[in-house]
Amino acid sequence: MNALGVIGGVLQFVLVVAGSPFLVGVMRQVRARLEGRAGAGIGQPWRDLRKLLRKESITPRGTSEVFRIAPLVLVATTVVVAIVAPFVTTASAVDSVADLFAVVALLALGTVALALAGLDTGTAFGGMGASREMTIIALVEPTLLVSIFALSVRVGSTNLGAIVTSTLQDPARVISPVSLLAAVALVVVIIAETGRLPVDNPSTHLELTMVHEAMILEYAGRDLGLVEWASAMRLTAFLGLLANLFVPWGIATAATPVALLAGVAAFVIKVVLLGVLLSAGEVFLAKLRLFRVPELLAGSFLLSLLAVTASFFLAQPH
Amino acid sequence: MNLVHAGLGAAVAVGVLSALLALITPRRLRLVPVGVGTVLVGAFGVLAGAVAVAGQAYSVEIPALLPLFGVSFAVDALSGLFLVVTGGVAIAVAVYGIGYARHGLDGRGVQAVLPLFVLAMLLVPAAASVGTFLVCWELMALTSLVLVLAEHQQRDTVAVAGRWYAVMTHLGMVAILIGLLVLVAHSADDSFPALRAAATNLSPVVANVVFVLTLVGFTSKAGILPLHAWLPRAHPEAPSHVSALMSAAMVNLGIYGIARVGFDLLGGGPRWWWLLVLVLGALSAVYGILQAAMSSDLKRLLGNSTTENMGLVLVGVGAAGLFASAGDDVLAGVALSAALLHVINHAAFKTLLFLSAGSVLHATGSRDLDALGGLRAGMPVTTWGFGLGALAASALPPGTAFVSEWLLLQALIHGLPASGAATAIVMPVAVAAVALTAGLAVATFVKAFGVGFLARPRSSAAANATESPVSMLAGMGLAAVACVTLALVPSVVLPAVGSASTMTLGTAQPAVSGQVTLQLNGVAGALSPLLLTVALLVVSVVLVGAVRLIAARRARRTARLWDCGAGPLSPRMEYTATSFAEPLQRVFDDVVQPEQDIDVTHHQESSYLVQAVEYRQRVPDRLERRLYEPVLRLITAWGSVARRLATGSVHRYLGYGFYTVCGLLILLVVIR
Repeated sequence: MNALGVIGGVLQFVLVVAGSPFLVGVMRQVRARLEGRAGAGIGQPWRDLRKLLRKESITPRGTSEVFRIAPLVLVATTVVVAIVAPFVTTASAVDSVADLFAVVALLALGTVALALAGLDTGTAFGGMGASREMTIIALVEPTLLVSIFALSVRVGSTNLGAIVTSTLQDPARVISPVSLLAAVALVVVIIAETGRLPVDNPSTHLELTMVHEAMILEYAGRDLGLVEWASAMRLTAFLGLLANLFVPWGIATAATPVALLAGVAAFVIKVVLLGVLLSAGEVFLAKLRLFRVPELLAGSFLLSLLAVTASFFLAQPH
Repeated sequence: MNLVHAGLGAAVAVGVLSALLALITPRRLRLVPVGVGTVLVGAFGVLAGAVAVAGQAYSVEIPALLPLFGVSFAVDALSGLFLVVTGGVAIAVAVYGIGYARHGLDGRGVQAVLPLFVLAMLLVPAAASVGTFLVCWELMALTSLVLVLAEHQQRDTVAVAGRWYAVMTHLGMVAILIGLLVLVAHSADDSFPALRAAATNLSPVVANVVFVLTLVGFTSKAGILPLHAWLPRAHPEAPSHVSALMSAAMVNLGIYGIARVGFDLLGGGPRWWWLLVLVLGALSAVYGILQAAMSSDLKRLLGNSTTENMGLVLVGVGAAGLFASAGDDVLAGVALSAALLHVINHAAFKTLLFLSAGSVLHATGSRDLDALGGLRAGMPVTTWGFGLGALAASALPPGTAFVSEWLLLQALIHGLPASGAATAIVMPVAVAAVALTAGLAVATFVKAFGVGFLARPRSSAAANATESPVSMLAGMGLAAVACVTLALVPSVVLPAVGSASTMTLGTAQPAVSGQVTLQLNGVAGALSPLLLTVALLVVSVVLVGAVRLIAARRARRTARLWDCGAGPLSPRMEYTATSFAEPLQRVFDDVVQPEQDIDVTHHQESSYLVQAVEYRQRVPDRLERRLYEPVLRLITAWGSVARRLATGSVHRYLGYGFYTVCGLLILLVVIR
């Protein structure tokens, strides 16, 4: 734990917690404009959150503590990831947690909490959403792990900060086959994990197509606000990981004001750019049939396997 | 005075005494003395193991005990580790058994055999000669068989499971017997030191034969593919505390055997041995968890998950052997430490899971997840226990498997292709297998916990379930404490794991060290499960405070569930375990090949009107179909051919005897 890490942790926390609703706002706005609508403005998710947080939570009859704790677990895991992962600075506030396996497992833990909450309601919707989400996570988690392992093999460490630092020092790696394969695999699973098109439509409430929304159908008021907020933060965290694993430039490596400012600016620009690309891409896509989704995910798993195999063959013993 | 000696001696004495006590005490008074005796056996085992791990060497020879080859025991760090694990599991199980055995399992035989089974499992890793080892191994197999068959009067399926178990465990025993005897034939006597000395100038062919034969035997005990078929049968049918003993302690001894023979007696070996071990482990891990993900029988699911976890352990053992054969001691140490740590972790969470499953079975009489649900209301402690175990098993923080799988992955990703193309191909595939296993384990245990314990009860038995007696809860509590400790501060067992792995591999320093943060020595890598958990807790507390501060302070309101306006939802509308796993089953359709069967009954008046539709689905074990059924068919065919020889005529049989003796005499004349 050093000064850079602590400052970075605080900055990342503030950026992700306060900025993630704006990211969602930007993405919705881009989509609205491309579809010829005026859009509600980029502040709308924040206004929604404020409204939801003022309302009381509703506990459906027959649900247990699992249902009530799940939003908390979801937000807590996401916030821990937001603090420790290398978004603004290469050093981490808690370096021994900034491990790839830990970060991926933390994000999975949040999903598991929501799935259990969905099952806890005992409705058909909850079970359906949980079942689908677990099918997706069962393929997404391995792909995430394997594709980032592909990057960590040549670094010799699974610490995310170390992976980012090593890419900074050796920029030629970005265009190696390992990186490209891993990047494609990661993009696919991030789309799946954050529930975007073509895997899940974040703005639908049709039972045949729902995944994420089906699990959280029973939430209302404050709890729903927390879940929505956490989804926005997870999206930011995933895009931030994607950006910094492959294009880490701009990230602060020293605790000077200029470097930190550049780090914040670079993170914001990269994440917003990726968000805009994602939402612009969504305009041209229709949702995939649910049972075609695993094919997509299996494909990305194979890509990540290729990436890790390539990394073993291309790696130089050090 | 040697504490290992004292501990082992006391364990033997108490074990035999409690078995005798079980035979003579009346039924009502039997459970407590046997339970206390078994706890003591376990505790003495833990004591002996802990002292041995701490560095006190021990060996004893009692030539007079068994004719011809005598008995000899020796406990080193590797044996000590397995003694501690077995003893620890036995303590929790014995406490639990006092309450659990009250209903139908308090018979004289079952109660007398339980402490003997624990004792046999303690003696196997302590054995220091082939004769002793095989006798203890057989004792373990026989006592466990008696325990598996304990409930044979209640269910027909128990006898089938028992037959599978008996045949497979004995075929495994035969393989080990032949393998070790081949080794003994090339050494001065059958003691382990003599075998070690003989192994240095053993021809490669003999060493290969010995390793492969013992590998077959030991993997069949550990439930590794393709010899796993007994495991998902015997575990569900055995009484739950016996399942816990078998799944958390007995299967480990297969791993012990591979490590003992491969690393210690044969002193390493060529690379292909360990590649074989690694590939078998990776296949078992993925196949086991896939079967578990499809299963809707709670205990069968746990049994399949044992295959998965033993597979992960074997991946670690195989990687350790691979690195050791390439001369990379550091990575070999990391890989073997990961494997041994996973053995300990698996023992802790599998004990907890099986004991919780037993508690559910005790309260509802059902293992079928499709008929459970809603147990959190009636059985809160069991629900917490199973939830904790499920978290530990699914490689999520803060769980135990999370730590050991992290360590395993560290060993794999650092294995750069220093030792050739084979490693460069196998390592990424192993990484992918471990990652896939982690993902599927999450789905499996969300299903087991979410469908079984949350939601609404799907049967009246589940709705009326009440919490189990205190002794059962205490047993589960012990296992839960072990799970939490191992998850948060794995450093408590690191010295033991370190000394066992350095002793086995002959390396200089332990591969993993650290108090709060686990630190790899020699390669980069650090993880702190404790800090992670603390960070999660701190953030949660701050979050609760912040929500209180900024959000409305209005009280929660209860409301009806959303039922689409169609009236109250019934439990029949809920997702079941089968429907929960259906999307996953579709994804892995080609691998698991489920069998579906639809029967449509029409009205007699019109074939256009459907009266009833019946849908059946089964996910058979595909490997079993392909491998076992042809063999069984062949044996049956042979049997019916051989029946022609046995006509029932005594003269004929005497004739067979006569011709056989003549043939043997002629053979002797020819070869002498």
